[in-house]
Amino acid sequence: MNEHSRPPQTVPRLSATFDPATMAEIRRAAATGIYDIRGGGTKRKLPHFDDLLFLGASISRYPLEGYREKCGTDVVLGTRYAKKPIHLKTPVTIAGMSFGALSAQAKEALGRGASMIGTSTTTGDGGMTPEERGQSKTLVYQYLPSRYGMNPDDLRRADAIEVVVGQGAKPGGGGMLLGQKISPRVAKMRCLPEGIDQRSACRHPDWTGPDDLEIKIEELREITDWEKPIYVKVGASRPYYDTALAVKAGADVVVLDGMQGGTAATQDVFIEHVGIPILAAIRPAVKALQDLGMHRKVQLIVSGGIRSGADMAKALALGADAVAIGTAALIALGDNDPRWEAEYQKLGTTAGAYDDWHEGRDPAGITTQDPDLAKRLDPELAGRRLANYLAVMTLECQTIARAAGKSHVHNLEPEDLVALSIEAAAMAGVPLAGTNWIPGQGSF
Amino acid sequence: MNTIPTSQTVDLATVSLRELNQSLHRLGDRTNLSHWRILNPRGAHALACGLDADVTVEVDGDAGYYCAGMNKRATVIVHGNVGIGVAENMMSGRVYVKGDASQAAGATGQGGLLVVDGNTSGRCGISMKGIDIVVKGSIGPMSAFMAQAGSLVVFGDAGDALGDSIYEARLFVRGTVKSLGADCIEKPMKDQHRAELYAKLKEAGVAGEVDVGEFKRYGSARTLYNFHVDNASAY
Ligand SMILES: Cc1cc2nc3c(=O)[nH]c(=O)nc-3n(C[C@H](O)[C@H](O)[C@H](O)COP(=O)(O)O)c2cc1C
Repeated sequence: MNEHSRPPQTVPRLSATFDPATMAEIRRAAATGIYDIRGGGTKRKLPHFDDLLFLGASISRYPLEGYREKCGTDVVLGTRYAKKPIHLKTPVTIAGMSFGALSAQAKEALGRGASMIGTSTTTGDGGMTPEERGQSKTLVYQYLPSRYGMNPDDLRRADAIEVVVGQGAKPGGGGMLLGQKISPRVAKMRCLPEGIDQRSACRHPDWTGPDDLEIKIEELREITDWEKPIYVKVGASRPYYDTALAVKAGADVVVLDGMQGGTAATQDVFIEHVGIPILAAIRPAVKALQDLGMHRKVQLIVSGGIRSGADMAKALALGADAVAIGTAALIALGDNDPRWEAEYQKLGTTAGAYDDWHEGRDPAGITTQDPDLAKRLDPELAGRRLANYLAVMTLECQTIARAAGKSHVHNLEPEDLVALSIEAAAMAGVPLAGTNWIPGQGSF
Repeated sequence: MNTIPTSQTVDLATVSLRELNQSLHRLGDRTNLSHWRILNPRGAHALACGLDADVTVEVDGDAGYYCAGMNKRATVIVHGNVGIGVAENMMSGRVYVKGDASQAAGATGQGGLLVVDGNTSGRCGISMKGIDIVVKGSIGPMSAFMAQAGSLVVFGDAGDALGDSIYEARLFVRGTVKSLGADCIEKPMKDQHRAELYAKLKEAGVAGEVDVGEFKRYGSARTLYNFHVDNASAY
């Protein structure tokens, strides 16, 4: 038999269904008996802002002269009821991330960076630290189901209050902080024993449903003498109704977090399979505001996978008043930086893929309570990096807005956008590029 | 002779809740108005919440949700019933309810004392973080859920799933407990615990009313403190 008579061989073919990651996860589950917990947001590809494009000016629209003609970026949040609304110079804020999940240094750096640029930062599930209050010109204080570290003094020290109903990474889920990160200081703030696996509740202890929420908001307003804007944060799942109910309950601001949104520690199955992408959530939320006559009166902040001024511009064009960032802010501080590659390798991962934030061994010193690791992050330098990044986002957003002929980034509108895919066209309610087809228009 | 008034009566039929709470919040440390009486509360929500002064506020009638919420230092006495979340997240001070309380009484409270003469509905002491709660009647289901610290003393009975996922709070119940929640167990009531309970009752001004020997003690088995796959059915 010679070579030429050999029948053609099949090549080894990997299954698309049982791909290597899926099989590795089955083996891991079989070996350990516990679901995978990790930090970060969804890792699979989802319809996102990348699937939208701006049209820019043309014969029928005039652009603004770059650098010369002004393009405003300021935003006021909390104009509905609060005696002291918040003024931000740029419509990108730092999302709530807990002290506990993050080191005190990282929280301080977030405050420094945000303050330099004239925007706000947010506490998280674990209370307010003096470091972040001290370094944050404008600080939003989260009111979470766990109520860790909640107290009336910090409530009054805050510039706004955010009632957290849910998070995009895990709508319907509570928090968790594993024992490794419950340091003495974290334990004390949360009033828990050190070293235990802390689970935080997914439902608020003293209210359920929109009617109770209305009364809860009234209480928070009474305690703070109606000064502070009150936000309500929801994970994107039923954005039309959640937005409408938050408005009915008396929110000044609705924060809508899509499924790409990061988390400090959640089951992978939750992160990847619950909730909807932010792209699909903005239009229904805006529609709810419009139907109630509240668009731009109750402000909408959106988050979940926002990385650049382009993402920001697209979110604003779809009707948001501002965006919030979590993961991107951590990357700006130094998270997943290749300079720590050798150490990521030791942890069995690589720069860019490190997501075991719950284990507290972050080489970059951000998602840790280990004093030696945390010391690696210089809050001043990291704060500067964050400020630079926020400035770039703002400039990018202005660049796009000017190209579309807008003298304020809030003047961006859906008509400035087209979609690259049918999915994105349907979700964002803008035409597929080159057509005038908006799939599913008329019934969200 | 001029005397400085030390008490003030506010009629909520004529004054708004906003004005009342605002006046209470403005009380400085050197206030002479150390006693307030509130008339016609008519179930108002958020009544006397966010106080931070050494004053006594007496409410003549029923209050709604979150009465005395986040209280610090003040003594609030309600001569009536209260709605959901009385004394929620209390930091210090005292809150007395002469009637019954709805759900989530003393929820997440970090300090101070809450005494309910009547019964409370479910979730009494949910996520409590250091508050002491004394209920002279009975409490509803899911009470002391995820209770972290502090004590809950019940003269009557407790509903289903008492102390589910409890951390370090201490529970004392004189009557029957319909069922215990995950990780909550009965613990031996030794002399030291009777002494501790007596001290709590004394603090609440009700020491003579019951025999501490009749109480059973409940707390955390601490088996859920660190995740273990063999406990998965308890989560
Ligand atoms: C490390 C980390 C900790 C977080 N902690 C909280 C929290 O305590 N409360 C909360 O509402 N959201 C929390 N989040 C979610 C963020 O507030 C925000 O919704 C999300 O990060 C936005 O998506 P992005 O990460 O894609 O920007 C956390 C996110 C991260 C990455």
